[in-house]
Amino acid sequence: MMKMTDKKGRFGVHGGQYIPETLMNAVIELEEAYNRYKEDAEFNRELQDLLNEYAGRPSGLYFAKKLTRELGGANIYLKREDLNHTGSHKINNVLGQALLAKKMGKTRLIAETGAGQHGVATATAAALLDMECVVFMGEEDTKRQALNVYRMRLLGAEVIPVTSGTATLKDAVSEAMREWTSRIEDTHYCLGSVMGPHPFPTIVRDFQAVISKEIKEQILQKEGRLPDAVIACVGGGSNAIGSFYHFIEDKEVRLIGCEAAGRGIDTFETAATINTGRLGIFHGMKSYFCQDKYGQIAPVYSISAGLDYPGIGPEHANLHDMGRAEYVPVTDEEAVEAFEFLSRTEGIIPAIESAHAVAYAIKLAPTLDKDKIIVITISGRGDKDCAAIARYRGEDIYE
Amino acid sequence: MNKTGAERIRKAFLKGKAFIPFLTCGDPDLEITEKLVKAAIENGADIIELGIPFSDPTAEGPVIQGANLRALQGGVTTDGIFEFVRELRKEVTVPFVFMTYANVVFSYGAEEFISTCQKIGVDGIILPDLPFEEKEEFAPICKKYGVALISMIAPTSDKRIAMIAREAEGFLYIVSSLGVTGTRSEITTDLSSIIKVVRENTDIPCAIGFGISTPGQAKKMAEISDGVIVGSAIVKKIEEYAKNAVLYVSNYVKEMKDAIGEL
Repeated sequence: MMKMTDKKGRFGVHGGQYIPETLMNAVIELEEAYNRYKEDAEFNRELQDLLNEYAGRPSGLYFAKKLTRELGGANIYLKREDLNHTGSHKINNVLGQALLAKKMGKTRLIAETGAGQHGVATATAAALLDMECVVFMGEEDTKRQALNVYRMRLLGAEVIPVTSGTATLKDAVSEAMREWTSRIEDTHYCLGSVMGPHPFPTIVRDFQAVISKEIKEQILQKEGRLPDAVIACVGGGSNAIGSFYHFIEDKEVRLIGCEAAGRGIDTFETAATINTGRLGIFHGMKSYFCQDKYGQIAPVYSISAGLDYPGIGPEHANLHDMGRAEYVPVTDEEAVEAFEFLSRTEGIIPAIESAHAVAYAIKLAPTLDKDKIIVITISGRGDKDCAAIARYRGEDIYE
Repeated sequence: MNKTGAERIRKAFLKGKAFIPFLTCGDPDLEITEKLVKAAIENGADIIELGIPFSDPTAEGPVIQGANLRALQGGVTTDGIFEFVRELRKEVTVPFVFMTYANVVFSYGAEEFISTCQKIGVDGIILPDLPFEEKEEFAPICKKYGVALISMIAPTSDKRIAMIAREAEGFLYIVSSLGVTGTRSEITTDLSSIIKVVRENTDIPCAIGFGISTPGQAKKMAEISDGVIVGSAIVKKIEEYAKNAVLYVSNYVKEMKDAIGEL
């Protein structure tokens, strides 16, 4: 019951469609097309084929033996979304949406991107499916993630640096929404997270749910039982909802979302929405947002461009309200330490976003018995972050 | 003053084609906004659309985004604007309509915000991120306090026009073009057909906004509707002339009102 969305796409009080009238028929058209194609055998076969043959699914569930031994508590498995084509979980959603857009007769994809992972995935799908692609990226992020800007352009996409507002992810979303209102006929807005107006939170969740579907099958095969906890990082929340979804009904599985606390939740330089935000309406949805007394959206901060967003997807907001999932803050420093620790112990360089989930697992695992099992979703690979982390540590390297 | 906001707004359309200028409160400061409102009224404005700035105005083009930013940087708040309007209302009688975003109303407390509108003499509210499907969020409270919740119809509304028109109150805001606010050299939407469908479903006035900047455009739009809304063209003058903008805005409003006044 709690997983269902009603006609207007509500998750408890959250969700909805708070968008300009200009976009209403576009989201209605999208919802109708999605409802039709999600049951369509041919569509599902094509998508499954792309996911398996092109993106490299299923992704592995790897037992991190050394990490487990080092931490001396629960057994730790890593869900290796970093091994997907394009280097993150973003491809799962993008292949689904791009294929859907193609079926709808759209010839152009637009997208927002923070760290650049969703932009790269969208540019990739556009190249593969012969579609035009325009990616909006905060100017600040184009500097933090210069390599991904180059990758998108290499793939044939146009990257538009966004200078409005804080020149980060939220402004890229705003600009993509503005672009969509001006060109709807041939354009699909390929939203990258479980946010925005209905039906996006549902569509993106469904395409990302493959993560938890696989975790469940893999852990049952390896351990013969469900994990005790599933841990994932949360910005808008797409890899987290993908990791949680098939466990929501399994009450014994703890679901833990790790928010970017930036310099700490007691400072203004944070992006931890559940921990510091309150209920509001923004970017098409009702959910929790970092905002001031008058509802002005706060200029959030995180070392991670992908988690640097003042809101959270409506389904997460509802899982929080129901107490079904926990949302914990992780600071820049903790994430960077985890980034380095996982690299050294397992030879796996996680995205700085995913390192937030690793950081919490480092705290949690030693407190649990050795017969417990935790799964951390490594949502992406960390190559893109190396220069930024080096700078954080005072070493000025050039990409 | 025992009429509702919707009734006062409709009355403003009775004298002929209405001219509705948009001003962002506090751009560049509230003192100038006060002078601009009075100057606009002296030069023929029939309704004033007052923007309450929002940090992330997703329906606005660069010009009005800039106004929002300047106003917020100047320190203006919702409470400050309420006080400002309360004082202004003592001197002027033309209808005021607030234009802001859903979160500004929601986070203030919808009932608190809307009841304050009634108390200080604001007749209607325009929220571009509150489509028909979500209007229940605020509509019952607006009804309770007699504040008109203005509906919008877009070039893409198509089969939705009748549904929106039937429940509209005050006036209907007809969005002239795709995209965000901002001046346009040409308006190509078939607005006559849209307004024809509106007329079959309601008798409330239709005002066209988005993209109108020249007297020629205003005249053309007023020929097929009951009034025009002009935002970016005015805000551009404020951006350019700042504290000296009053004279320029006065002349501009007069020119625009004259253009539609002949109809």
